[in-house]
Amino acid sequence: MELKSLTIDAVRTAVQERQTSAVTLTEAHYVRIQKEDGQIGAFLTLSRERALQQAERMDRLATEGKTLPPLGGVPVGIKDVMSTRGVRTTAGSKILDKYLPPYDCTAVSKLEAAGAVLLGKMNCDEFAMGSSNENSGFYCVRNPRDLGRVPGGSSGGSAAAVAADMAVATLGSDTGGSIRQPASFCGVVGLMPTYGRVSRYGLIAFASSLDHIGPLTKTVKDAATVLSTIAGRDPMDSTSADMPVPDYVAELDKPVRGLRLGVAKEYFGEGLDEEVRQAVEAAIQALEKLGCEIVPVSLPHTPYAIPTYYLIATAEASSNLARYDGVRYSHRARDVKTLSEMYRRSRDEGFGAEVKRRIMLGTYALSAGYYDAYYLKAQKVRTLLTRDFEQAFQKVDAIVTPTSPTAAFRLGEKSNDPLAMYLADIYTVTADLAGIPGISVPCGQTRENLPIGLQILGKHFDEATILRIAHAYEQHRAWAHSAGV
Amino acid sequence: MKVTEKDVAYVAELANLELTDEERKGMLRDLNSILEYIDRLNELDTSRVPPMAQVSDRCGVDSTKQGSERFAYASREDILEGLRQSLPHSEALANAPDADGEFFRVPKVIER
Repeated sequence: MELKSLTIDAVRTAVQERQTSAVTLTEAHYVRIQKEDGQIGAFLTLSRERALQQAERMDRLATEGKTLPPLGGVPVGIKDVMSTRGVRTTAGSKILDKYLPPYDCTAVSKLEAAGAVLLGKMNCDEFAMGSSNENSGFYCVRNPRDLGRVPGGSSGGSAAAVAADMAVATLGSDTGGSIRQPASFCGVVGLMPTYGRVSRYGLIAFASSLDHIGPLTKTVKDAATVLSTIAGRDPMDSTSADMPVPDYVAELDKPVRGLRLGVAKEYFGEGLDEEVRQAVEAAIQALEKLGCEIVPVSLPHTPYAIPTYYLIATAEASSNLARYDGVRYSHRARDVKTLSEMYRRSRDEGFGAEVKRRIMLGTYALSAGYYDAYYLKAQKVRTLLTRDFEQAFQKVDAIVTPTSPTAAFRLGEKSNDPLAMYLADIYTVTADLAGIPGISVPCGQTRENLPIGLQILGKHFDEATILRIAHAYEQHRAWAHSAGV
Repeated sequence: MKVTEKDVAYVAELANLELTDEERKGMLRDLNSILEYIDRLNELDTSRVPPMAQVSDRCGVDSTKQGSERFAYASREDILEGLRQSLPHSEALANAPDADGEFFRVPKVIER
């Protein structure tokens, strides 16, 4: 079976109808990983035994003539910030080099219960801190489209694996853009659900008021299928919302005609690459042709989103990462004499430069004398940013923007300038701060064949609408492409 | 310069990081450059704006209730046996860098 453009439905149907077996398909993915991943670096750990056991289970169901679950036999990858029982989980950090979690992340359990085959764990920036995947404690991921360029981050491995057909779908996590930005850089679909839509139980915490789990896939429909599988209240995560989960796939084909789409000038200003602007504007015109009404909206506090984000995210991270003390499960320095020395040296040896930088910034922002000026100030601006969206969403059903101001940049291009790297998230951090859902869908490429992403932001718990718009756009683009328009 | 070498040393101590001399120099440069950028937040008057600690401040809130009860899905009834079983001792200790089968072992804390 051809792995290129292989979707969830295609796999499930093929396994169900015995055109191929889940085991054959799993092996084919491992062969492809063996062949391609040496130069891409998307996987950190392979879970072959677990994958093949699950594939055999799916084949048995098919042989017995039973109906396969929604992801029956579908090979998936999991970002290495999600715990997998007995399968090494590092969060991209040397400090968790040998960590074998004693339990599964809820999102992972739900995928496997729906028949997915877990191929392995995806490389990422250390503790999901980064926009290029160059902060992985192990090795960089390279963009399958151009090996000299970054795949984006922090879910760079998750995006690259889908783009290079080494997995049909993957899970990523998004704290400031970490699903949508790499999806955009690698030319795949990436969905960040509403805060609370998907349980974070078993997700290694970075910034708890901002962390989200979501899918990276080849099509919008696949993103809808994965979201339907992983969404919903989980008693193990008190921040997961007790809200009904719609059938996102069934909602996809509702018409987009008459939907009001907001366009905010704040997302088309200085720093936006000209080719990205043109592609996104063309996408907006296409949506208008499909019957959407384009409405100008204003999100005036957008220029304050990055500073707000880097105070809140680092403050929360400095607290969350205090648990890596070398006592219970993380790296411990050798030959230490006192407990305090053990903490400090273990953390010094285990954490990379960006993680230390963020712990320092967050600790500073929370320290006595600076709390009001920095942390509290940021929390107040977060209210203003959220109000911007609430006001805009009184007029529109969704907001369309570029996902990232540029296409994928070169390895090393921004790695020595933390601030320049932070600005790569300028169009994505706002949705994390406001807790609203967002999706990135491919909308063209640059002259250098680098993918460009269109971002669609929606109201709280209204993933159905942004998926529907993204789906309509994707179908239109496929049609326009085949018709040579 | 907002952050001084002394601040870097103090914050590193709070964060349980040692940092080499070179790392401290880099930290001094980076923190100052990032904080300078962050200072643009002071352009905004937020004296009448309430802080937002989490997104559930905004959705899923039951306005008829008080305190943490306000967050419609944040609390639940106690379950005597717990939501899941506790880990067996051996599993809880399995990832420890040093354990004696019953306890985590660390360097001596109290001198006799």
